[in-house]
Formats: sequence, structure tokens, C-alpha cells
Amino acid sequence: MNLWLVVIAAGVLTFLIRLSFISLLANWAMPPLAQRALSFVPPAVMTAIVFPELLVRGGDLAVGMDNHRLTAGVIAILVAWRFKKIMPTIVAGMAALWLLQYYAG
Amino acid sequence: MNTARAQFLSGLKDTSPLLIGAAPFGIIYGVLATGAGIPVVMAQAISLIVFAGSAQFIAAQLIGAGASGLVIVLTTFIVNLRHALYSASVAPYVKDLPRTWKWVLSYLLTDEAFAVAIAHYRDNAGEPNRHWYFLGAGVSLWGTWQASTTVGIFLGTEIPHEWSLDFTLALSFIALLVPVLRTRADLVAALVGGIVAVAAFGLPYKLGLILAAFCGIGAGMLAWRLGK
Repeated sequence: MNLWLVVIAAGVLTFLIRLSFISLLANWAMPPLAQRALSFVPPAVMTAIVFPELLVRGGDLAVGMDNHRLTAGVIAILVAWRFKKIMPTIVAGMAALWLLQYYAG
Repeated sequence: MNTARAQFLSGLKDTSPLLIGAAPFGIIYGVLATGAGIPVVMAQAISLIVFAGSAQFIAAQLIGAGASGLVIVLTTFIVNLRHALYSASVAPYVKDLPRTWKWVLSYLLTDEAFAVAIAHYRDNAGEPNRHWYFLGAGVSLWGTWQASTTVGIFLGTEIPHEWSLDFTLALSFIALLVPVLRTRADLVAALVGGIVAVAAFGLPYKLGLILAAFCGIGAGMLAWRLGK
């Protein structure tokens, strides 16, 4: 498929999602079950992105201490859990990764 | 203080702390997109047309990995589906606005714009012109995103791979996700989504994320049902 078509389709879909309840479905009462399902979208999608970033290296599962992204990710999770702030989490995770890459090779 | 102008400026001002976070992401997106082999014009156009940071990161990865167009579009849809929650939350506040306003504000409805706008709507009940505040917040984030994308595109090859800047994607999701995991069902949805994504990593056509999202949502529903 032409990449431009892909970009436009992705953009139109994203816009329609954002417009959904503001305009398109403004008078539609969403069934409670659908509301509940929608509430699980952020946790399910975000870990589906994060876990492979931390646990898969070069296509293989990597759970050892030599996987610096995993260690740095766990540190970031602890910081996020303790302080609930975006910037400290990102700074802590990047700093941990850089230090590990520098000192542990 | 409730003039359109004052509201707009106050929306601009209140988003400024968030720009410190958004600008590096825009730069990193530009770097990743060109690194994935996306032409310069298209990399910028994606920021204009899609205007959704995390989805753009994933899309750039998928394009670089040679995923099919259908998978890229479906994955973008799944990653951006959370915006339907934002849409539903702001809908009552914008229901009387003309259509053009609704379209413009929808286009600008990112994670950050939503967070700032919804807080303002709730804290200033009944105040007129609050849509101008929303517009100010959206415009400020939009401008920052476009400009930082451009910077990233032109820095592109200057930034060494060893800096591991792509790791900020995972970190930003950790930062957004961990504080909002409130119930046991949320936690189940998150864990199942993550584990399935790892198990399905080698799946053809990069379908792992889509499958993981559905499994996570299903597991969350099940945990919620059992926990009632």
C-alpha cells in the first residue's frame, strides 16, 4: 500500500476517534459494558508497548542483568510509582540507562 | 478576565511546563522517523496529519520494520483509541459550540491538551469562553510539536544511536501508566497486555500489539466481572 495513503488513513482515523463523542456520537449513550472495556484500553495498550521494549532484545527474550533497558525500566517504574510525575520518571530512566551502558558496557 | 483573549493566553501559559516534555519527544520522533527511512516531507506531514506522539513513534518503528499498511493503520487506531475516553470526557463542555470549533478542538485533543483543558473546565465551572482556553492549550502544544519535529528531522543523523533516545518512548508510557493503575482489573489488563505482547513479539506482520491489546482488554473485563 502507498505510504501516503497509510498516513492519511491513520490521520483520519485518529481525528475520528477524537471527534467521536464530541460530535459523531454526541447523542449516543454508550452501554456501560463498552465504557468498561474502553477504560481498559490505556493499561492494556501501554504495557503492550512497554514490555517488549524492556524484555525483548534483538528479537529474543532477555531477562538477565545484562539487559540494561530492563534494569533502567524497573527503576523508572519505581520512580513513577513513588512520585507520580512524568519528567522525574523519564530523567531517572534515561540516567540509569546511560550509567549502565557506560559502566557495565 | 473571562474574555476570549484572556482565556486563550491563559491556556497558552498553563501548557508551558508541558512543552518541556513535549519538545524533546518531537525532536526524538523526527530523529527516529528519518532513521527509519521515512522521507523528510512525509515525516513532517505525519506530525501534521496524525498529530499523536506515541502513535507516531510506533508508526515510525513499524514503517522501519517494513510492516504492511493495514497493520500500521490498525496499530495506530489501537494506540489512539484511548482518545475516545478524552472525547467522551470533554463532550459535555463543548456540546453547544459550533461545528467548526468541535472539529478544531478534536484535532487538537492530545493527551496533554486533554489533561490541561479538562482540569480548567472542572475548576472554573460556568465561566464563559473556556473553549478559548482549550484552543490556547491545543495551539501551544501543536506549534511545539511541529517545530520540534522539524528540529528532529534536521538533527536526524547528527544524534548517535548510542544515546538510546528511542528508550524515552517506553519511559513516557511508564510515566503515564503507573500512576493511573488504580484497580486490580486495571493491573490485570496491563499485565496480560504486556505478557501477550512479549509472547507474540515474533508474530508475522507485527500483529503482536493488536493481539495484546485485545487480550489485555478481555482479561481486564474478566477480572472486573470476577471481582464484583
